[in-house]
Amino acid sequence: MKIDTLVKPLMESIVAITIGVLIGAIVLTFSGFSPIEAYKALLDGALGSTYGIAMTLSSATPIILTALTFAISARTGIFNIGAEGTVYFGAIAAIILTNVVGNPLVGLLGGILLGALWSLPAAFLKVYRGVHEVISTIMFNWIAFYTVLYFVLGPLANPNDPNKTIEIPTSARLPLLMKGSELSWAFIIAILAAVISYYILWHTVLGYELRASGYNERAARYAGINPKRAIIWSFILGGLMSGLAGATEVMGRPPSYAISQGMANIHGYGFDGIGVSLVGRNHPIGIIFSGIFFGILKAGATAMQIEAGVPLEMVKVVQGIIVVAVAVPGLWDLIKKVVRR
Amino acid sequence: MNALDMIIFNLIGAFTAMVPLVLTSVGAVVSERAGVVNIGYEGILLMSAFFGAVFAEISGSPWIGLLGGAFVGMLLGMLHGAITVYLKGDHIIPGIGINLLALGVVAFGIPAVWGTAGQHQVPSTVRISPIINTSYGGISPMILITIIITFLTHWVLFRTPLGLRIRSCGENPEAADSLGISVEKYRFLATVYGATLAGLGGAYLSLDWLGTITKELSSGRGFIALANMVFSGWNPIRALIGGFLFGFFDNLSIWVSTNPGVQKIIPWQFVATLPYLVTIIIVAGIIGRARPPKWDGKPYKRE
Repeated sequence: MKIDTLVKPLMESIVAITIGVLIGAIVLTFSGFSPIEAYKALLDGALGSTYGIAMTLSSATPIILTALTFAISARTGIFNIGAEGTVYFGAIAAIILTNVVGNPLVGLLGGILLGALWSLPAAFLKVYRGVHEVISTIMFNWIAFYTVLYFVLGPLANPNDPNKTIEIPTSARLPLLMKGSELSWAFIIAILAAVISYYILWHTVLGYELRASGYNERAARYAGINPKRAIIWSFILGGLMSGLAGATEVMGRPPSYAISQGMANIHGYGFDGIGVSLVGRNHPIGIIFSGIFFGILKAGATAMQIEAGVPLEMVKVVQGIIVVAVAVPGLWDLIKKVVRR
Repeated sequence: MNALDMIIFNLIGAFTAMVPLVLTSVGAVVSERAGVVNIGYEGILLMSAFFGAVFAEISGSPWIGLLGGAFVGMLLGMLHGAITVYLKGDHIIPGIGINLLALGVVAFGIPAVWGTAGQHQVPSTVRISPIINTSYGGISPMILITIIITFLTHWVLFRTPLGLRIRSCGENPEAADSLGISVEKYRFLATVYGATLAGLGGAYLSLDWLGTITKELSSGRGFIALANMVFSGWNPIRALIGGFLFGFFDNLSIWVSTNPGVQKIIPWQFVATLPYLVTIIIVAGIIGRARPPKWDGKPYKRE
């Protein structure tokens, strides 16, 4: 029984990934590329060397954190897709605060706090005005994008380098785990965050309240749980995670230690995280593994572009197909039925 | 430019900007009236804008491009309909999937098709030409087509047996089923119709209004259209009025942010947040009174 409840979701995710990779191969073929060559270059780049593996893990770091945002909300029965904007604010907070106090803890805390704060308006709009969180969080993402872009191009612009903001001071950077790579303590922090999320969701009263109101709001209310409180907490916890993603990304990802001019180095993680969370079945431990899988795609994409000439955005096509496939209910049962025939 | 010129200029701009919002909102009204929620319109707008431009450039005709965009919307609607209606899946997740897919397909497609990174200018020969040229800019035939589609949809939805059947599937599918109405068929067709209209709106973005294709082209309009649908109370004609309002701010922010006089006073980035702020304020203001169809977003399984 216990095994079966683990095997089925695992198989569903594997089937979804397989569908994504296969349709990706078809798209590659039609675009005039060799899928075998492309995927080989991707895997070589991501796993073929210690440096590649370090790249994979550092690429997995921010998307594990943003996936936790989505997972915590999904467990509470809502769809918080505002991680994208929250990441921007986490990064900005870390840059400003570490330049005042050159201590990594201050930067991490600042990112966490501003992330949680930025998530609150959508929570209140949901609870008190009934505004659907999908609409409000997307609107807040765009507001965050332009607001942070103002700071990046204006007050925080780097006087010595027109391509980025002022840097995180050396004293506040997260130590590297491997010399010459991009892998830093940020990865350890992300794993810890996932474990803590698991603990909160399954081993605390708060987590029980979140899951209960997500599972059946009416029953939860009957049991004395306040679903409104649960929703606000799920936004706060989610905001902490993606605020942390933004902070660790600028504090622990060499060589830039800053936000690039077009915000390219902190862009897209919120949306990547949704895919990571869904493939990880909205479970913090599952998210660690699916985050590393998507980390392989991200880290290998550059090698694929250089070695096989395939635009690196190809991996986003694969990612999109995987998420659509995950949305098909009972995928594994469907496959079993077809196979039995 | 004097005050009157400015007003006329912005009113025409509002009509221009309203087209993709109204088409998407009207489509969403039909889909949700039948009980199917789709948050993938953002991705449908983006992919249709891209494929619309591809079809137009291959055929050399902007109108074939528009139809191609609508066709891509239709296919995506069939995908969403198959998952939500026939396989009884969740209504939100496939939409998220379509939005993510669009980010990938368009970002991959622009360099793969045109060999340029990030942005492609649609040649003027395959852009929809205005029916009237004024000194304030052209007026697109698509504005007229959008208004006609809105009134036709409204009439079908509220004045014909077909519309009654569609609405019954979203309001009380059990009753509809017991009267012999195929809930699945009407839900599926309504979903496809909604996505097709969004596809038309997406192709309009690249082939008419903006004349370019980037991976951020839809910039939240699919979600603003959903907000407008809520604002309209799931009513096509009110969605037309709401779309004009949202379109006004969409156009205003583009116009103001490129105006050097304004740029000196307030950074353009803050002006660019205007459509999103207005959307949140309007939706927060009216939502207490909004009443979605009773079975909106709930899979219907026959007992």
